Amino acid sequence: MMDVDIQDLEKKFQDKIDQDIKIEPNDWMPDAYRKTLIRQISQHAHSEVVGMLPEGNWITRAPNLRRKAVLLAKVQDEAGHGLYLYSAAETLGADREQTIDDLHSGKAKYSSIFNYPTLSWADMGAIGWLVDGAAIMNQVPLCRCSYGPYARAMIRVCKEESFHQRQGFEIMTKLASGTAEQKEMAQDALNRFWWPALMMFGPIDSDSSHTEQSMRWKIKRHTNDELRQMFVDVTVPQAESIGLTVPDQDIKWNKSKEGYDYGPIDWDEFWQVVGGNGPCNKERVDARRKAKEDGKWVVEAAMAFADKRNAKKTA
Amino acid sequence: MKEKQTLYKYLLRMGDDSLILGQRLSELCGHGPILEEDIALTNISLDLIGQATLLLEYAGELAPEKKTNDELAYLRIEKEYVNALLVEQPNGHFGDTIMRQFLFDAYRKPLLEKLLDSSDKRLAGIAEKALKETKYHLRHSSEWVIRLGDGTEESHNKIQNSLESLLRYAHELFFENEVDELLIAQGIVPSAKSIFPIWEKTLHAVFEEATLSLPKNNWKFQGGREGRHSEHMGYLLAEMQYMQRTYPNMEW
Repeated sequence: MMDVDIQDLEKKFQDKIDQDIKIEPNDWMPDAYRKTLIRQISQHAHSEVVGMLPEGNWITRAPNLRRKAVLLAKVQDEAGHGLYLYSAAETLGADREQTIDDLHSGKAKYSSIFNYPTLSWADMGAIGWLVDGAAIMNQVPLCRCSYGPYARAMIRVCKEESFHQRQGFEIMTKLASGTAEQKEMAQDALNRFWWPALMMFGPIDSDSSHTEQSMRWKIKRHTNDELRQMFVDVTVPQAESIGLTVPDQDIKWNKSKEGYDYGPIDWDEFWQVVGGNGPCNKERVDARRKAKEDGKWVVEAAMAFADKRNAKKTA
Repeated sequence: MKEKQTLYKYLLRMGDDSLILGQRLSELCGHGPILEEDIALTNISLDLIGQATLLLEYAGELAPEKKTNDELAYLRIEKEYVNALLVEQPNGHFGDTIMRQFLFDAYRKPLLEKLLDSSDKRLAGIAEKALKETKYHLRHSSEWVIRLGDGTEESHNKIQNSLESLLRYAHELFFENEVDELLIAQGIVPSAKSIFPIWEKTLHAVFEEATLSLPKNNWKFQGGREGRHSEHMGYLLAEMQYMQRTYPNMEW
């Protein structure tokens, strides 16, 4: 294709985006836009699927029947999110199995928060409240993302995430108003998950390599730091309302910016966890890889069976 | 009075079957062979936990000393659980999980169908809700037995082995004692004998399509219905009861 044609297509593409017209799978799009979306959507899909593991860790030990059922339903929702996100990535030409293999080989990333262990029942509350809460902050703007299939998947995902966030906060509320042991359990979970939750929004704006272009393409609508600030502003009063304390001595209401100031984030820890040295990186990826390897004979059987049936039909 | 106590014992069997099988399946959440199956098995687990919740709630109201469903689920000792040995067997590989499920579903569905006519309206109501779910469970497990049986040589051998080892536990599902006698006479529950031929018919039809053969060994393990469990049960309970035992008398 001539350079002039490409320039023309790119201009039409950017015009659509500027007018908030959704880009659909068969529309022309720049390669870099496609690649960025495939990377982001498959990372998001992996995060949903790997995210099943830390909570799955407590399903068998949930303290009563209702909590067990709610947690099962929640983790099942996450598997469902993974499915529609893999499908959204497929509309861009990504191959689902290849995408999953990239996760297993360590080539593809997922949200680092899931590399932290779940050590007590209160962690189910902290994850719902903080991790799903942070995910909602990130995902609500994605409902207006320029790529149609991703935006539509996000609308459904956000509805369910908001239910998850509420049930997490409800677990925390119950613990925080319970016995001394329960309150201690809740505070401990908040202490461990607070900073990793803030890290979920990604590096500070000046270190974020993809933000500027993604905002021009309307894949992203807010910067990492803007989203992080929104999260802190919503969450600090929630913690106070149930009598828990956010583990940051520098938290202080700042009247002039109408938001909370907060202390420095340990970015060394963040990069270590991203790089593979989080407490559970190996366990998480190993568990996913094992599921696929153990299931290989099952998939082969299903395919062989389908072939036999098709052969019978055509015979 | 006697009828109440008897129904309590019967509800415990059904409730414990659902609870323990639901617990077993919940171990797989996040580890299924493919994502679609992860969702399906978790869904079945969720249905079974829901059924256990209703059955044990009703049982608790009839118990000699009133109990909540959570007390029954979490605070009995091993000997007091009366689930069949089949449902406490470990998940093994996917073929084991599916065969265990199939043998159970093929029994549970006709049982629930007959319970729709129970003279006990509450039990009939629980059966009606559970039946909708169980029909789907049986369809799902039958389809997989057929796929694995008539899939590759490897899958055929694997699921044939699952059948050899698990069928020995399945006959206990048709266990009857004086509990059944009294409830059958009152029209509250069907006789297990009336369900057995339906179960057998389902097995024959599915195994034929799956090209599986019925094991020659027709040994029948018994014990679960009377509180004598396999070695696996203690570990399952230790895990399930962990929170309630470690932090007694708290609200969650």
